[in-house]
Amino acid sequence: MLSLPTIHCQACIARVEAALDAHPGIKSARVNLTLKRALIDAEPKVKAAELVTVLEKEGFEAHELDPGALNDTATRNASKDLLMRLAVAGFASMNVMLLSVAVWSGAADATRDLFHWISAAIALPAISFSAQPFFRNAWSALRAGRLSMDVPISLAIVLALVTSLWETWLSGHHAYFDAALTLTFFLLAGRWLDARARSAARSAAEELTALEVPRALRMAADGPVEVPVADLRIDDHVLIRPGARAPVDGLIIDGQSEIDRAMLTGETLPEVRGVGDPISAGEVNLTGPLTLQATAVGQETSLHRMAALVAVAESGRSRYTSLADRAAKLYAPGVHILSALAFLGWLIWSGDMRVSLNIAAAVLIITCPCALGLAVPAVTTAASGRLFGKGLLIKNATALERLAEADTVVFDKTGTLTTGKPKIINWGQLTNAQKSVAFALAEGSAHPLSRAIAGMARTENQAPADVTEIVEKPGFGTQALLDNQAVRLGRPDWIGVTPPDDSICAALDMGDGTPVLLTFTDAPRQGAAEAIAGLRAQGVDVILLSGDRAPAVASFAAGLEIEDWHAAMLPDAKARFVGKLRDEGRYVLMVGDGLNDTAALATAHVSISPAQALDAARAASDMVLLGQDLEPIADALAVARQATRRIRENFQIATLYNIVAVPLAVAGLATPLIAALAMSTSSITVSLNALRVRGRG
Amino acid sequence: MNVLAYLIPISLILGGLGLVGFLYTLKSRQYDDPEGDSRRILSDKWDDHPKE
Repeated sequence: MLSLPTIHCQACIARVEAALDAHPGIKSARVNLTLKRALIDAEPKVKAAELVTVLEKEGFEAHELDPGALNDTATRNASKDLLMRLAVAGFASMNVMLLSVAVWSGAADATRDLFHWISAAIALPAISFSAQPFFRNAWSALRAGRLSMDVPISLAIVLALVTSLWETWLSGHHAYFDAALTLTFFLLAGRWLDARARSAARSAAEELTALEVPRALRMAADGPVEVPVADLRIDDHVLIRPGARAPVDGLIIDGQSEIDRAMLTGETLPEVRGVGDPISAGEVNLTGPLTLQATAVGQETSLHRMAALVAVAESGRSRYTSLADRAAKLYAPGVHILSALAFLGWLIWSGDMRVSLNIAAAVLIITCPCALGLAVPAVTTAASGRLFGKGLLIKNATALERLAEADTVVFDKTGTLTTGKPKIINWGQLTNAQKSVAFALAEGSAHPLSRAIAGMARTENQAPADVTEIVEKPGFGTQALLDNQAVRLGRPDWIGVTPPDDSICAALDMGDGTPVLLTFTDAPRQGAAEAIAGLRAQGVDVILLSGDRAPAVASFAAGLEIEDWHAAMLPDAKARFVGKLRDEGRYVLMVGDGLNDTAALATAHVSISPAQALDAARAASDMVLLGQDLEPIADALAVARQATRRIRENFQIATLYNIVAVPLAVAGLATPLIAALAMSTSSITVSLNALRVRGRG
Repeated sequence: MNVLAYLIPISLILGGLGLVGFLYTLKSRQYDDPEGDSRRILSDKWDDHPKE
C-alpha cells in the first residue's frame, strides 16, 4: 500500500496505474483518489521501495504505508452499516409520512384504519432494523446502571410503536408511526455524520503512523538484511545508515557519527558519538554509518517506555465530560420523570389507561432529543471539516470543546515554533570563492548544517567549486582537495577556531590559514508570528518552554516578542510547569513535537502536535497539524470557540421548542401532526445553525 | 377510493426499488472512492472495462 499525497486528477490516476502495472511482478494496482492511496497486489518479491522509485521517476511523491497500522476497514464498515439503516429508515418514514398526510387531511373510518395498518406493516420491520444501534446502546447503558441519551430515545420509539399499535387495533384517531420513524431517521443522520467525521480523522491519523514503516537493517554473516523492526532481538547487530532513525536502544560497536537528539531533548545541535556510546531508539543518525548492538527492543525501548507513561497521564483527561454528555445527564431523567408524571396524572384524573399511555408517548416523542442528537454532531462535523481544510486534524471527540476553553498556550521551541532546520545567517559576508567551496563540501554530507549551506547556495544559483576526493569524517566535517590544496568544512574545534559565543557555528578552512566562521540560527516556522499574534488577539497568554540553552531561547523569544519564556526545561519540568498552570485554574493548550514534550502534551487540557512529530507525541496530542504552517492554530481556536457557541445555541433552540410543545403534549393537545411539525422544524433549525460554522471564512 | 388498491402498492414498490438500488450501490462499494470515480469518467481508458 502506498500513499500518494500529490495526486489530484484523472491523468495522475492513469499514469500511476500504468507505471505500476508495467512494473514486473505486479498483479494489479488501483488508485483511490479520495484517500490518495494506491492499493497494490504484487508478488512477495516486489519491494515497496522499488515502487516508490518507479513513481518518483514519473514525478509523483510516494511513501510506503504499513497496512497493519491502518484499520479503517472496520470504521468504514461501521459507517456503511449506519448508512444502510439510515436508508431503510428514510424510505419507510417517507412512505409512512405520505400515508399520515392523508390521515391528517381528513381520511376517516375504514380508510384511516387501512392507512394505519399499512403504516404499522412498514414501520415495525423498518424500526426493528434501523433503530437497533439505539436499542443496543440503551440496553448496555441500563445494564451498567447509567442513563444515556439512547435510553429516552429507545423508550420513545418503543412506546410510540406500542401505543400506535394499540390505537390502530381499536381503530383510534392518533397513530405515531410517522413520528417514530422520522425520529429514527433524524437521529441516525446525526450518528452517521458523527461516525463519518470520526472515521475521516482516524484514518488520517492512522496514515501518519502507517507512514513510518518499521524496517531495520540487521547485520547477518553476508551483509545487512532488511527485516521488520518487530523481528529484532536483543544482541542483534543493527546497521543505521546516515539519515535513518535508530529502531532500538543499543551500544555503538562500530563507526562514529553525529546524532540528532532534537526529537528527544529539543536541542538543535547534534552530539558526537563513537564506539561504546549508547543510542536510544528515536535518535537520528546524521553523518556516518553506525552498527549497534541492541540492548532493548520493541516495547522495552526508552521510546516505548515514555509512550507508556503518556498513556497513563492521558487516562486522567478522558474523564472530561463533553457538553452533550452534560446535557444528557440533565435531560434524560427530566424527560422520564415528566412523561411518567403525565402518565400518572392522567391515569388518576381520567382513569383511562389508553389515554394516559397516549399522553405519555406524546410527551416522550416531543421531548425526544432529536434536535439534541443532531445538535452536537452537526456542529462538530462542520467545524472539523473546516479545520481539516486548513490542515488541522482533530483526533479526539471532545478536543474542540476543550480547545474552546483554552486561555494559555504553551509552545515548545525546537521543531514546533522553529522548523528544527538551521538557517545560515552570515552567508552574505562570504566571498564568492568561499561560497562555492562551502557549497561543494556541503553537498557531500547529510549533516543538517551542510544541508542548510547547500540549500542556501542552491537558491542563489551558486556553482559548486571543482573539488576532488571529498571525504566525510563522521563527527568532524568534510574535507576535499581544491587545486591540490586541502579545504575543510566542519566543527570549529576541528578546524581550529573558537567561536565567540555559544551560537551554532561551523567553520570553513580554505587552506589559506584564515578559517571563516559560518553562523546559523534555527529559523522560525512559517506562520509562527501570525499564529502568536492571532492567539494574543483572542486574549490568550503565550508561553515558550524549551529544552534548549538559555541564550538561544532568549534571542528566539525576543524575535517573536514572547516575554514569558523558560529555557533548559527537562521533560518532567515541562510537565510539572503545565501541571502547575492547570492547578492555578488555567486551561492550557500545549503545542509540542518532541518526546520531551509528550508528558506535557498529555498533562495539558488540550494539545496540538505537528505531523512531523514523533509518533509518541502525536499519540499524546488531541490534534495534529498537517502542514508546515503554524497559522491554523489561531484559526482553530476561533473556530472551536464559535463551534461551542453554536452547540450551546442549538441546545437553547431545542429547549425552546420543548418548552413550547411540552405543555401541549401534557395537556393532551398534541396530535401526531404537531409532534411531526415540532420535531422536523427543530431538527432543521439546528442543522442550519450548525452549517453556519462552515461558512464565512 | 378503489384506486388506492393499486396506488399504494405501486408507490411502495417504486420506493422499494430506490431503496434496493441504493443498498446495491452500497454493497458493491461504489462510495469507496467518490472523488476518483468522478475523475475516471473523464478518461476513455476505462470505457470498455471498468477498473476492478
